Amino acid sequence: MHELSITRNVLDIVIEHAKRAKAKRVSAINLVVGDLTGFVDDSIQFYFDMLSPDTLAEGARLVIQRIPAKVRCRACREEFTPQDFNWACPKCFAIGGDVLCGREFMVESIEVE
Amino acid sequence: MKVPVVQDILNANDQLALQNRQLLDEHGICVINLMASPGSGKTSLILRTIDALREHLRIGVIEGDIASTVDSDRVAAKSVPVVQINTGGQCHLDAPMVHRALAQLPLADLDLILIENVGNLICPVDFKLGEDLNVMIASVPEGDDKPYKYPGIFLAVDAVVINKIDLLPYLRFDVTAFRKLITGMNPSVSIFEVSCETGQGIENWAEWAAKQRKARLKRE
Repeated sequence: MHELSITRNVLDIVIEHAKRAKAKRVSAINLVVGDLTGFVDDSIQFYFDMLSPDTLAEGARLVIQRIPAKVRCRACREEFTPQDFNWACPKCFAIGGDVLCGREFMVESIEVE
Repeated sequence: MKVPVVQDILNANDQLALQNRQLLDEHGICVINLMASPGSGKTSLILRTIDALREHLRIGVIEGDIASTVDSDRVAAKSVPVVQINTGGQCHLDAPMVHRALAQLPLADLDLILIENVGNLICPVDFKLGEDLNVMIASVPEGDDKPYKYPGIFLAVDAVVINKIDLLPYLRFDVTAFRKLITGMNPSVSIFEVSCETGQGIENWAEWAAKQRKARLKRE
């Protein structure tokens, strides 16, 4: 349900920028989505297919670049990607750390004609 | 032709959350956004918090649910101002919904607003409302493995309230390991162990909430 309103936001942003560029149509939309956000690719695509007809973005390709989570261990400063949500440092086994990336959620660019 | 955009998708929500924040600051109101699974005791904690703090603070409540007024009826029975938001299927509250709810509360007569978000550990985290504090309730029957499964919420909150500790003798829930795991992920988090059933631990939690409010007022 959540992705419906989100996809509407994506579409608003895309159309606004496409209009500004005086585009006839949008051929691709490049999204950047961090693995720590709760957004699901297939679901965004599903709602996009539902919402985009009769807009400048109709038929545009959705390209979703996923950003893996990266965490820095607070004990030994090792940087690691939590596997299977295991937050223990693979080097020193301390639990947890500071999130360096993985929370991104943005429209990076669009390709227009 | 490629057109660079680089725009955060939740920008529209974040902007309205900022407006909510400004409105609340004008009235010196502290807002706590309570997030948790269905059945973890969000409404029960709100009722207990009202009882604990009502002599010192004027409290208002925003109840978020997919449907029904069951929760807001329970809160209204305490004679505090309450607004029910029915999201009509949406799994989280967002800034526009809270904006509309704030318009229905007597802001000039409030010190603290408790927001009960929709029961869900995933989406509410991504939507700012204009809150001061994010608090999560984790109840003992849900198990102590939740931080592994829902890291986002444990990273985002200022406090975790472990509810239903009266059930600890009957269930397998390792409080020490749970605490270690969440402080590992989020070192600045405050943790409270409470039972909304017996009232155990409520005083500590309520005292923290009141103290946080005071600290915020001083900063302004």
